[in-house]
Amino acid sequence: MRYAETGFNLEIDLTRGNIERVQTDPKDTELYLGGLGTNAKILWDRVPPEVEPFSPENLLIFGAGLLCGTPATGCNRTIVTTISPQTKLMAFSMMGGFWAPELKYAGYDKVILRGKSPDLIYLWINNDKVEIRDASHLQGKGSNETAQLIRQELNEPKAQVVSIGLAGENRVYYASIEQGRSSASRGGGGAVMGDKRVKAIVVRGTGDINIARPAEYFEQCNEVLEYIKWREDNPIPGVIPILSVLGSPQEMAIHDEKWHTENFSWGNARHRRREYWTEEIAKEWFDTLDSARTRLISCYNCPMKCGATITLPGLPTYMMKCFSKLTYTMAAMSNLKFGLTIAQRATEYGMDGYSTPQVMAFALELYENGILTDEDLPGLPSDNEEKFYWLIDKIVHREGIGDVLANGTYWAAKEIGKGAEEYAHNNIKKHEQLPLKLGMLNPIYFLMYCTGEKINITQIEGQFPQTPFPKREHREKFVKDWFQVPDDKFKQYFLDWEPRGENSMPYYPTVPMVCDIVDWMEQMHYIDDALGMCTGVSSFHLKPPYHIHNFPKFISAGAGIDMDEDKLTQATKRYRTLVRAINIRRGLRRKDEKPPETHWKKRFPELEAELLDSYYKLKGWNKEGIPTQESLVELGLDYVSEDFIQRKILTDGEGDTSKEISPEKEAE
Amino acid sequence: MKGEKKKKIVKTIRIDVEKCNGCRACEVICSASHAEPKYSSNNPARARIRVICEPYKDIYVPVYAGDYAPAECAGRDKYTIDGKEYDECSFCRASCPSRDEFKEPDSGLPLKCDMCEGEDEPMCVKWCLADALVLEEREEEVDEEEEQEELAVGLESLADKYGLDKIIDTLTRLSKKE
Ligand code: SF4
Ligand code: SF4
Ligand code: SF4
Ligand code: SF4
Repeated sequence: MRYAETGFNLEIDLTRGNIERVQTDPKDTELYLGGLGTNAKILWDRVPPEVEPFSPENLLIFGAGLLCGTPATGCNRTIVTTISPQTKLMAFSMMGGFWAPELKYAGYDKVILRGKSPDLIYLWINNDKVEIRDASHLQGKGSNETAQLIRQELNEPKAQVVSIGLAGENRVYYASIEQGRSSASRGGGGAVMGDKRVKAIVVRGTGDINIARPAEYFEQCNEVLEYIKWREDNPIPGVIPILSVLGSPQEMAIHDEKWHTENFSWGNARHRRREYWTEEIAKEWFDTLDSARTRLISCYNCPMKCGATITLPGLPTYMMKCFSKLTYTMAAMSNLKFGLTIAQRATEYGMDGYSTPQVMAFALELYENGILTDEDLPGLPSDNEEKFYWLIDKIVHREGIGDVLANGTYWAAKEIGKGAEEYAHNNIKKHEQLPLKLGMLNPIYFLMYCTGEKINITQIEGQFPQTPFPKREHREKFVKDWFQVPDDKFKQYFLDWEPRGENSMPYYPTVPMVCDIVDWMEQMHYIDDALGMCTGVSSFHLKPPYHIHNFPKFISAGAGIDMDEDKLTQATKRYRTLVRAINIRRGLRRKDEKPPETHWKKRFPELEAELLDSYYKLKGWNKEGIPTQESLVELGLDYVSEDFIQRKILTDGEGDTSKEISPEKEAE
Repeated sequence: MKGEKKKKIVKTIRIDVEKCNGCRACEVICSASHAEPKYSSNNPARARIRVICEPYKDIYVPVYAGDYAPAECAGRDKYTIDGKEYDECSFCRASCPSRDEFKEPDSGLPLKCDMCEGEDEPMCVKWCLADALVLEEREEEVDEEEEQEELAVGLESLADKYGLDKIIDTLTRLSKKE
């Protein structure tokens, strides 16, 4: 019997309309866990670097995390993996909600889409009955609207639906895949789904998920739940509100937006408004949120309720999560009411809440600076907010300039020319970032921005405080119950970290310390993405309920895989390296690993080079960021190393200093 | 037995639908703690509590599985509360032919909340950190009445489905095999 996982994937060939239920190899689970890990393995094996994002050969994989569907609190993530039309690299956005557990109960760990359907269809997975159904009547429908219509027509109110809106259908490069309560937004999975002509995937499952060692597993679950309760009553002092409590983060509950509105940049990631958060604004925003928000809502099996049901006068109800609360507001230099209102439309269209507002603000900046003219924007309204509604419509319909903007700021700027590139200034690896413009380089964030393969800062940060606490006694207090650290040295790093003086940034934490810290933070995110754990109760947070010490217990008791901290660290490193390898094969190199030029005013080129060198080394990568033959073999990724040598990405024997046989090799 | 008074602890779970966040942790833990062996599997379709969710109408109603109903009832209720219109049967606890709720997914046998007998506390209450489910206990004098056993209810539902004769036939056949 397979534990925690079902041991089956659903393979759908859309071109031929073929559906297969395929048993998976338990050995792969041991090596790559599940979710992101096994997604990456499939992508490496089956999508060679020549495959374009909009080619039938590109895969769109919906992978439920290894522990999804078990009683582990907050374990409900679907990891969506494909080649991104925007970055041309591997995208692995994930979403919460209810879909992944439902898929597991239906009897599958993943849905793997390949090929391209001739007509718009949706998939109906009802336990072991799987059908491809016509979706022509759903063409152009909103994402939530689609989900509701399908539930009605199937008479299955409990079916869980992922769907795309018009943005996905029209292959907007930053189209999202929506699930009502949650979405997989970054990287354009929605565009690939639209390209494959799949409007929705509908799942209903009523089967069991088995646990290998029930009593032990349950004890771990209970401990986590107890700790969550404790954390609720004991927020972390001295940090901003969203970091003091668990959640993903608690944007729907928290009214105090001083920190975001005054520290993040408005418009096209341009203007800091330092005195923005007045009492008057606070009151206005409070009233807006309070009247629109009908309920705080959770994902499957999680008490954190970080989403909200939003009902605005005259508009259909929708569910909002997280930071899209502010992105439209700030891009348009408007207020919260506008933000919540336009987000309703954007959710139905199915668009990423980070990229979409930025693309629109970018377009308007081009217009203000004469690069786009009235000819390019015929009929652009004069009212500021109306401009955004006008633009979002043009983009999803790919009409006129919208067709260009639909590819994101990087590609749009290239196509527009006339110096537009300078305005696409907030990208990493062609992907729009949080609008942050700061003073002095922060070495920890520098490394995370450069090397984060998910290309989104929130998907690598967490665990370690963002800034030093002013007083040593506060730091001492903080480290006292900091049992989540993988090693006590992290406590010392933090204790000695001062806001000013010798032990301050950018030279403290020192380069090796920074590398350790970033490696730890990243590792925790990768574990989450394989297990299906929400980062809101895990890697995104300081002192989370899940950590390197209890994860191995969850995996061994839940999935019946013999696991300890070292083995888990090694497994994580294995699929993390595989993600890198996929991107290396697609051309990613050191030159691409840089923060937006304007992210920090004060930069330290020599230190930055040293940081990258040292971090690459720690990761087992060479100076170009390519995993070395030696490190690949050590991880049991010989097939990657062979491929690299064949493609002349690596030279056989180069940099290979140790001929030791790795444990994996011995085991074979 | 009839007419005799007996002291009994009455357990009430107070449901505050306003506090429910739709997480379904109650379903998760109910199904896990009723698995054999305990916690060995998990499947909300086996839970004895269901959260009726209609997010776009902001409807969240945790409902406990009550008694088995052999047939649909003819008169049904449709509530409107605070302007929200609830579907027919939304508040009904019955395992009834009109719907899939509260039936074992494989056998179709009725499920009923047993208040987690044997645990210190109903598990769903324990796992509902939102306090949408709160246990209240009080002592009451009640008429003693034989509780119908789970097996009896199961048999009754089978009898309704297939007819009693057929069941007796089958049972006889099965016992002969052994
Ligand atoms: S922490 Fe929030 S986003 Fe994460 S699973 Fe829980 S409710 Fe969902
Ligand atoms: S556990 Fe509580 S909050 Fe969650 S669905 Fe059940 S009743 Fe609602
Ligand atoms: S579910 Fe309840 S209300 Fe509905 S038909 Fe059955 S017994 Fe009647
Ligand atoms: S009280 Fe126990 S049996 Fe009843 S619904 Fe809750 S968990 Fe299930």
